Amino acid sequence: MVTADRIFLIPLLPFAAFVVNILFGARFLKHRAAWLSILTSIAACVIALPVCFEVFGGARFANDFAWLRINDGVLRFGYLVDPLSASLLFMVVIVGTLIQIYASGYMQGDPRYSRFFAYVSLFMSAMLTLVISNNFILFFMAWEIMGLCSYLLIGFYFQKESAAKACFKAFLTTRLGDVGFLIGVLMLFLALGTFDFSEINRALALGDHGALPLSFLATSAIFIFCGTIGKSAQFPLHVWLPDAMEGPTPVSALIHAATMVAAGVFLVARSFTIFMAVPETMPVVTTIGCITAFMAAFIALTQTDIKRILAYSTISQLGYMVTALGMQGLGAGTFHLITHAFFKALLFLGAGSVIHGTHVQDIRQMGGLFKKMPHTAVTFIIASLALAGVPPLSGFWSKDEILLTAFASGHTLVFWILLLTAFMTAFYMFRLVFITFFGKARDPHVHAHESPAVMTLPLWGLVLGAVLLGIPGSPLMHHWFQQFLAHAIHHPEYHPSAFVMTCSVIAAVGGITLAGIIYMKNTHWAESIAKRFRPLYRLSFNKFYLDEIYSKFIIRPFTALGEVLYRFDAKVIDGSVNGVGAGAMWLGAVKNWIDKYIVDGLVNFMGTLTCFLNSIVKRLQTGFVQNYLLIAFLGFLAFIIWELKLV
Amino acid sequence: MTLIPVEHVLIFSLLLFAIGLYGTLTRRNIIGILISIELMLNAANINLVVFAKTTSLSPETGQVFAVFVIAIAAVTVAVGLAIVLALYRSRKTIFADEVHLLKW
Amino acid sequence: MEILTLAAKIGAYALMTGVLLFALGVVALRNLFHSALCLAAALIGIAGLYLFFRADFLAAVQILLYVGAVMTVIIFAIMLTEHLSGKTTIQHNRQSLPAFLGIAALVTVIAKVILQTPWPVTQKALGAHTSVEGIGTALMTVYVFPFEVISVVLIAALIGAVIIAKRENPS
Repeated sequence: MVTADRIFLIPLLPFAAFVVNILFGARFLKHRAAWLSILTSIAACVIALPVCFEVFGGARFANDFAWLRINDGVLRFGYLVDPLSASLLFMVVIVGTLIQIYASGYMQGDPRYSRFFAYVSLFMSAMLTLVISNNFILFFMAWEIMGLCSYLLIGFYFQKESAAKACFKAFLTTRLGDVGFLIGVLMLFLALGTFDFSEINRALALGDHGALPLSFLATSAIFIFCGTIGKSAQFPLHVWLPDAMEGPTPVSALIHAATMVAAGVFLVARSFTIFMAVPETMPVVTTIGCITAFMAAFIALTQTDIKRILAYSTISQLGYMVTALGMQGLGAGTFHLITHAFFKALLFLGAGSVIHGTHVQDIRQMGGLFKKMPHTAVTFIIASLALAGVPPLSGFWSKDEILLTAFASGHTLVFWILLLTAFMTAFYMFRLVFITFFGKARDPHVHAHESPAVMTLPLWGLVLGAVLLGIPGSPLMHHWFQQFLAHAIHHPEYHPSAFVMTCSVIAAVGGITLAGIIYMKNTHWAESIAKRFRPLYRLSFNKFYLDEIYSKFIIRPFTALGEVLYRFDAKVIDGSVNGVGAGAMWLGAVKNWIDKYIVDGLVNFMGTLTCFLNSIVKRLQTGFVQNYLLIAFLGFLAFIIWELKLV
Repeated sequence: MTLIPVEHVLIFSLLLFAIGLYGTLTRRNIIGILISIELMLNAANINLVVFAKTTSLSPETGQVFAVFVIAIAAVTVAVGLAIVLALYRSRKTIFADEVHLLKW
Repeated sequence: MEILTLAAKIGAYALMTGVLLFALGVVALRNLFHSALCLAAALIGIAGLYLFFRADFLAAVQILLYVGAVMTVIIFAIMLTEHLSGKTTIQHNRQSLPAFLGIAALVTVIAKVILQTPWPVTQKALGAHTSVEGIGTALMTVYVFPFEVISVVLIAALIGAVIIAKRENPS
């Protein structure tokens, strides 16, 4: 039974914008292409926000229709707007719309302007579908379309070789996780016989694990987690995300900071009941998240490209969320996901504004931008404070929730690692802030200017979110957000701890202060520290050599194997093929000889003979009428003589 | 016809025909060829008249056929000379041995 | 009578000789115009022979049609192409010798046949006199079909001659 309602329109509107832009954008719409995308996005907002608020008020929306019948099985597609998807929906429509408004200014003058907005609209459509989908198949389809959009947008400047390589890397690396995800979903279907989230939750709540053993379910959960590892750039598949910064900055903000990479975390949250049903998988999730969070923060300490620092920061924060989910902290993880989306999108847009204003990406060429780009600088600093976890900004509350979860659930080691990570986060963010916006201008060739209002206004819009969105999950509102989620999916909750908060604040303030000391007061310290801890510095600067290790131990062996297979192909298979070919050619040569000298010879002989005879006989054809007449007469004469028997 | 033997008249027409044939075979000018053909036709006509006079056939027969031959001769001349004019106009010659398009 | 008969006989032979001489002139003369005049003379001689054979109508037709019409057309054509028959132009082609030999053979053979064949002469026919009326009746009764066919052929030849001789460009 299909009942078309407004919620179906949420993903369909951006999709319509995609269709129109891709077909008619370049020819007819041109610079107006952005408005189409933005308007459909705003329309999606207008539909989605009331729905979200109704869900926040306790409602629940679900609708579906039969999409495919296989024997008795019916695959149903539809939407499910429960507290989890409503939160994500809320975040995606707002951030997406603001970023598109920003992008309409940022991409101004690009020759493929309409193409860019077509891709972004397609991405929005896929992301919204993913968020409100009610089953794993639709989820996976949207997931893959997002992967495609990511590929297309990272490689948007495909004329740059690095961008072309980066989009390739991103696509192939995430593909590794996607395959795992698909296998996991299919195993889950084998075990439970359904793809539908609600039915899975219901079955697992009743303790029904299907006919197959529990370990099967655990394996499927791990495989599903592979999808998260790929998409949310978790260790060891995180290597694609920093390279993905080759794409336009709004794309980095939308896809590679706020929404798509968060989809991996959302996946874990969506299949939370599965992980809860097999608790032995949880440590895997926690470990991966923890390693990712720490490692990425450590790498971010020494990077110099403004977007790469933010990319590693994103990886680190995603690791945070995954860690939280691994410790059964669904509320904390999702909460951080929402707040992080706002302030990280803000940071990326700020970075984009800086790049737009200075045309450089290396922070060593920047400096003293505060006065030249006040709007960008202020919003960027607010977002940095939020990320660093300074109260009362949103980042503080969500990060505090995660630390609290770790501390209260007894994961002491995890707690200290996360705290250290928080310290490093504050340090590298303010290293970035101090170098970029304060001090003297380092490069005289850089002439910075403030970006236009179409770009700065979305920044201020995001500042609101970065500042205020921490409140619903804070003790000030009695952890309203966590309880709201707990209505849908039960998970443990903890009382706030003054110790944890104190540690968190100390880590944040300490990091900021240290960064201030090193980069504002004693700038020469940075180098001496780098010299003293040279191995560590190089480890961080070279990103733990992971790219090199992958290159050496995975890509090289594969290419070597390919080489061997190629040799085999070239020598054995091609050899036999060539042998057959050579034999055929030899036979052909023999036949050719026969043809040429015997068959053709006969034919040519006939021709030559005819020509020879003709050369004699043709003399009769003089073309001279009286000659013919004479011959006819002589013939007649001969006839008469013959008839009269005179001879 | 009692005055001259039939054989003599036949020999005469034979000679006339031979002269006409010689002209037809050797003259280069197409008009000359046509003229020679007229001689041959007249030789035939004489034979027709002579045979009509000496045999038991109705005496008009030979003369009627002679009239037909004269008519055909007129046709020959008319068409032949038209061809000669057309040929002269297009190729600037009326010599039979210079018109040999149908040649190997 | 004897003298008249002899005179007629001599006249007939003289006429035949004259015709043959003019015929030779037709074939041999270089100047085509002279040839045409010889032809005219030969044709008139033949018309005389017809008279001798008592074919008065045919003699009249010969004079009217041949000497009157055909010769006019031939001379007309010769006039139109006159400059081609200059004195230096060779008027005979290279097959004169084979043609002469072949014709000599033919004349020998046919003459032999003629002289060996006994030609029957019907006395009644010799005496018969053919009137114009008789020829006209024969044309319109016994030979009406060939007569009409000749008419059609004449018409066709007339149209054909006009079309062939017509100039190519109608403008």
